[in-house]
Amino acid sequence: MTIDLSLLPDGGVRWLDASGKHSDIVLSTRIRLARNLEGYAFTARARDGERLRVLGQIREALSTLPVLRDSVLYRLDELSPTDRALLHERHLVSKELAGLDAQHPLRSGAAVFLSDGLGVMVNEEDHLRLQALRSGFALQEAFATIDRLDRDLGARVPFSFHSEFGFLTACPTNVGTGMRASVLIHLPGLVHTKEMGRVLAGLQQMGLTYRGLYGEGSEVVGNYFQISNQTTLGRSEEELLDQLLRVVGHVIEREEEARRVLLRDAGYIIEDKLWRAYGTLRYARSLTFDEAMNYLSGVRLAVGLKLVTGLSVYTLNKLLIFSQAAHLAYVEGRPLTESETNLARARYVRRALEEEAGTVE
Amino acid sequence: MMCDSCAERDAVVHVTRIEGGEVKLLHLCERCAAENGVEYTVSTPKHPLGDFLQAVHQQATLANADGSRCVFCHTTMADFRATGRWGCARCYTTFEHGMRELLRRVHGSNRHIGKTYRPPQTETLERAAVLGELRDRLRRAIENEQFELAADLRDRIKVLDE
Repeated sequence: MTIDLSLLPDGGVRWLDASGKHSDIVLSTRIRLARNLEGYAFTARARDGERLRVLGQIREALSTLPVLRDSVLYRLDELSPTDRALLHERHLVSKELAGLDAQHPLRSGAAVFLSDGLGVMVNEEDHLRLQALRSGFALQEAFATIDRLDRDLGARVPFSFHSEFGFLTACPTNVGTGMRASVLIHLPGLVHTKEMGRVLAGLQQMGLTYRGLYGEGSEVVGNYFQISNQTTLGRSEEELLDQLLRVVGHVIEREEEARRVLLRDAGYIIEDKLWRAYGTLRYARSLTFDEAMNYLSGVRLAVGLKLVTGLSVYTLNKLLIFSQAAHLAYVEGRPLTESETNLARARYVRRALEEEAGTVE
Repeated sequence: MMCDSCAERDAVVHVTRIEGGEVKLLHLCERCAAENGVEYTVSTPKHPLGDFLQAVHQQATLANADGSRCVFCHTTMADFRATGRWGCARCYTTFEHGMRELLRRVHGSNRHIGKTYRPPQTETLERAAVLGELRDRLRRAIENEQFELAADLRDRIKVLDE
C-alpha cells in the first residue's frame, strides 16, 4: 500500500505556513496528551488482538466526533518504510509509532487519525497520543483544541485514571496530566552570541527541558530547539502551560535582543556569513541533512534580520521538512542511497530557491 | 567523551566544520566551545528517567523480596527495571508502595492536581465496544467478499445503533 498524502488537508503541514504569532522565530506549537484505555494492558504488553481491538474501539468513537469524523486513517502497520518515514518527517507520527526506532519494531495496530492540525496516534507507547499542532507560538489555541478532543473522546471510551496519580501512562515520566506542550523555536541569535548555554541551564531550573527537531533523543541541529515541560505530575495543565508561555515569551525577547546585538556589533560579518549560506543552498550540488539544516538556519536568520528580502518563511519551513530523506525518495519514486539523497536534496533546495530567486535581494 | 581542546572537561558541544571541502567534527566542553566557535549544537539533556531508574534499582531488592507481580499483566519490578515502562494501569496499584517515592523523585510531587476525569457509564461503553467490533468484522467480511455474513452483521449493527 502506498500512502496517498493528497487525502490530507494541506498534506498535514498547515503548521508550516508561518501564519502564527512570532513565526519568524517560533515554527510551531504542539501539545500532546497521553491516554490509555481501561481494560487492556499498555501497548507494549498487549497482544496483537488487543491492540487491534483498541484501534477498533477508537475508530468507532472517533466516527461519532464531528472534529475527527472526516479524519484520514493511516495504518502504519500496512505502510512501506518510506511512507512511514514520510509521516514522521512531517511531524505527524512519532518515530516509535512509525516503527523507525531500532528499539521499537513496528507494531500491529499502529495507526494514526489525522485531520487539520489534529492527530490521534493509536498504539504508540500509550494506547492514545492526542496531538494538536499549530503554526507559530499558540499554546492556548492548541490547548483549547486538544482539551476539547480529550473531553469528547473520554466521554466515549474509558481512560485509565487514578485519583491520586492522574492519567496513567506506560512511562512514569508522563503520568498525571499526560501532557507535553512544546514549542519548536529557532534561536541562532542566542547561539551566535554564546548566550544559549545560560538560557538552557535556566530552562532546566524552571522545570522545562529541550530537545532537537524530532523530539526525544534527537540532536539539536540548525539551531532549532524544542522547549517543553519536563514534569507532568503535581501541577495542573494551566500552570504548566502558563509557565511555558512565560518562559518561552522571555526566550523570544532574549533572541530578539541577541539579534539586535549581532547586527549592531558584527553587522557586516553576519551579513557576509548569511549570504554565503544562501549562496551555498542556491548553488550546491550535494547537501547532507546537517549542512542543509545549518545553512537554512542562516538564511532564516537573514530573513528575520531583513538582510534578505523576497524570500518567505513559509518556503524555508517547507524546505526544512521536504528536503529530508524520505520526502526526497517519495519525489524520486524510489529508495535512494545516501549520496543520491544528498544530490537530490541539493537539487530540490536549488529549485525551490530558484522559484523565488528573482525577488531575493 | 573528553574535550578535544583542553582534554580536561567532558565534551558537551559538537561542532561540524567544513573547511576546504573537508568535514571536521570537534567535540568541545562548554568553556572551550565558547572561546572557540560561533555556531554549535548542544547535546540533549539528561533524561529524568535515568535518575528514576536508579531509584528503582535501589528499591528493587525490597520489591523483589515481596515477589510482587501485577495480577493483570504479570509485570514484575525486574521487568520495569529493564524497560522503564509499566505494563498496565493496574501496575500503579500493585506497586503503589514504592510508586509515591519514585514519582516524587521524577516529578517533585506524587499527587495529580490537574484535570479530573470520570469514565463513561458501563452501558454506553459496552454498546460502543460491541458496535466497534461488529463494524470491524463487517469491514473484513466485505473485504473477503462474504456478503451473506456482511448483510447479517449490518442488520445487527442497525439494531444496536438505534
